[in-house]
Amino acid sequence: MAESSLTKKRTGWRVKLEPRLDEPTGKESLLISLGAVVVALILGGVVIAVVGGNPFASYLHIARAAFGNIGVLSDTIVKATPIILTALACTIAFRMKLWNIGAEGQFIMGAWGASAIVLAPVLAPESPRWMFIPLMALAGMGMGALWGLIPGYLKAKFNVNEIISSLMLNYIAVSWVNYWIFGVWSEGGFQMSPKFPEAASLPRLSDYASTIPFLRGLTTHAGLFFGIAAAVFLWYIVYRSRWGYEIRLIGDNPHAAKYAGVNIVKNTILVMALSGALAGLGGMSEVSGVVRRLQTAPINAGYGFTGIIVAWLAKLNPLAIIVVSILFGALILAGREIQPSGIPKMIQGIILVCLIASDFLLRYRVRVVKNEEE
Amino acid sequence: MDPIVILQAGVASGTVLLFATLGEVLAERSGVLNLGVEGMMLIGAMAAFSTTIATGNPWIGVLAAMIVAGLLSQIHAFIVITLQADQVVSGLALTLVGAGISLVLGEGLSKAGTVSLMPSFSIPLLALIPILGPIFFTNQSVLVYIGYLMTPLAWYYINHTRPGLHLRAVGEYPSAADALGINVFRLRYAYVFVGGMLAGLGGAAISLAVAPGWFSELTTGGQGWIAVGLVIFAQWNPIRAAIGSYAFGALRRLILDIQGPLTLFGFDNPFYYNAYLGFFLQMIPYAFTVIVLVIGSRESIRKRLGAPAALGVPYIRGERGK
Repeated sequence: MAESSLTKKRTGWRVKLEPRLDEPTGKESLLISLGAVVVALILGGVVIAVVGGNPFASYLHIARAAFGNIGVLSDTIVKATPIILTALACTIAFRMKLWNIGAEGQFIMGAWGASAIVLAPVLAPESPRWMFIPLMALAGMGMGALWGLIPGYLKAKFNVNEIISSLMLNYIAVSWVNYWIFGVWSEGGFQMSPKFPEAASLPRLSDYASTIPFLRGLTTHAGLFFGIAAAVFLWYIVYRSRWGYEIRLIGDNPHAAKYAGVNIVKNTILVMALSGALAGLGGMSEVSGVVRRLQTAPINAGYGFTGIIVAWLAKLNPLAIIVVSILFGALILAGREIQPSGIPKMIQGIILVCLIASDFLLRYRVRVVKNEEE
Repeated sequence: MDPIVILQAGVASGTVLLFATLGEVLAERSGVLNLGVEGMMLIGAMAAFSTTIATGNPWIGVLAAMIVAGLLSQIHAFIVITLQADQVVSGLALTLVGAGISLVLGEGLSKAGTVSLMPSFSIPLLALIPILGPIFFTNQSVLVYIGYLMTPLAWYYINHTRPGLHLRAVGEYPSAADALGINVFRLRYAYVFVGGMLAGLGGAAISLAVAPGWFSELTTGGQGWIAVGLVIFAQWNPIRAAIGSYAFGALRRLILDIQGPLTLFGFDNPFYYNAYLGFFLQMIPYAFTVIVLVIGSRESIRKRLGAPAALGVPYIRGERGK
């Protein structure tokens, strides 16, 4: 058995690493991930304490401000909705080992595409909701898909590193949206578009408060259904369809996939486009359900990057993403009030670092053994 | 719109990219892809600026930036070299961590006011050379001159010294290097550290020389990612890295300057009369990075050049064929 360089000599005892011969069980893998998150929260707490904050108060505040009552829980779900869609976007690409880091830009372009239906305007403002919403969703997915297609095509045809090209497109997307909201669609010189008509907005729970008073003030919007439907759809694609099998095969073993006759060029382009479309739908849901106008700051809030972490934490399982997204929605929602403002971002980063490090435990078994045993 | 001024400023702002790109060239030559350059630059820029405020000495600031960014890089080194994890995801995580920590520790730093910057000076005699003198040797920061020295040194080191040979061996064929008694793990840790220090130096060059101050994430504005792209364009060669970095620096300056004059080539300057077109100018460096990547990738296919053979592959002792 291969001895790792990690092996440390201790007095009488030492740490021994054995490569696992079997796949770890689901329970083991879940425990390891949870352990990684706990370690990350402890590390994050140390940094908070170093800069003079109180980590316990910060974490308690996050829990209360995100799950304390039905109102904030609803807000947490609102924050989780875009993350579900960007995390699904990352999942399908990562399954094929395509590192689409551009979900942020695809999300922004999706928001722009959906807004263009209202602002260009493609539909007259008096149009009914059943025309607005599907068309906006299609436009959002279309622009997102285009923004995913570009790095996908460059990767497939010229072997251009998709990490960097998709990331560069994020910056281009921000400038593109800025051009429209500062110039063409600016409302009275402000850096935002005019408000969308009611028919172009996704319905919120609070819209039904006149019939069901309990729903008053609840901001959860119909974009959540997009997220859940997309998760189920993607779960089916990945685990139950022939295409999903091909995608997983390319991801696990591109050589085997090639010999099996899987078209890698076609799949690279298609998967990047699907990935972009999912992120674009997230952008549509955010402008139509939450912001209800085109504005840079709320749609350029890092949902694309959070999606990467969520996808990884959910082990690229589309249904697990819904649960993990809600936890991260809580972190983002509550984190807005925590000072210094970088803390949520830092904790997200530390969680990802600990998660990747913990993957080691999925491949190796760590045992403490007596030196004399061998 | 004086071309000399644009090139002069371009060399200065290209120095930022040069340091980060050289660092990444060294790390990747040893077989470790580190996508955390943006995070390491940010933490370097923050450390340099805050240390200079505290001590009043920019040299200590630069030193702090290099040490802090180097230490940050060791997180990535541990995860990918010892724990053998995926280098892409770990690098991304490093960028998030670096950005997050810089934002937390840099809170309030943007209102800190002015600090003493790295000194600028002209080189006697060399500054008198027509065209080249004003561009390269007049009133540049000391960091720019360090960049001139570092480029040929890095090239010579990689291609013509014994440690450089070991570096290449570890990146191309680690098991053979191991068999020859070269410590693959230790060398990879070391070059990731050097890469981190240089990225930190790049960050310090921003906050203490090229664009002084701390502007949270906008301080780097994606230059770390551009550096990662430049490595591919440079085909892991320091000389090409320098050419690419200075060209990008000049491009950034050109974009700023092109919005000034009333006329361009005898026509009304559209960027002067419609300020919103400036957003399209802002896209250019990023679009250009993608174009440069296409060129670099095609060229490396044609010439059968390419990345170090073991780039991105963890080295596991005792496994065959690795």
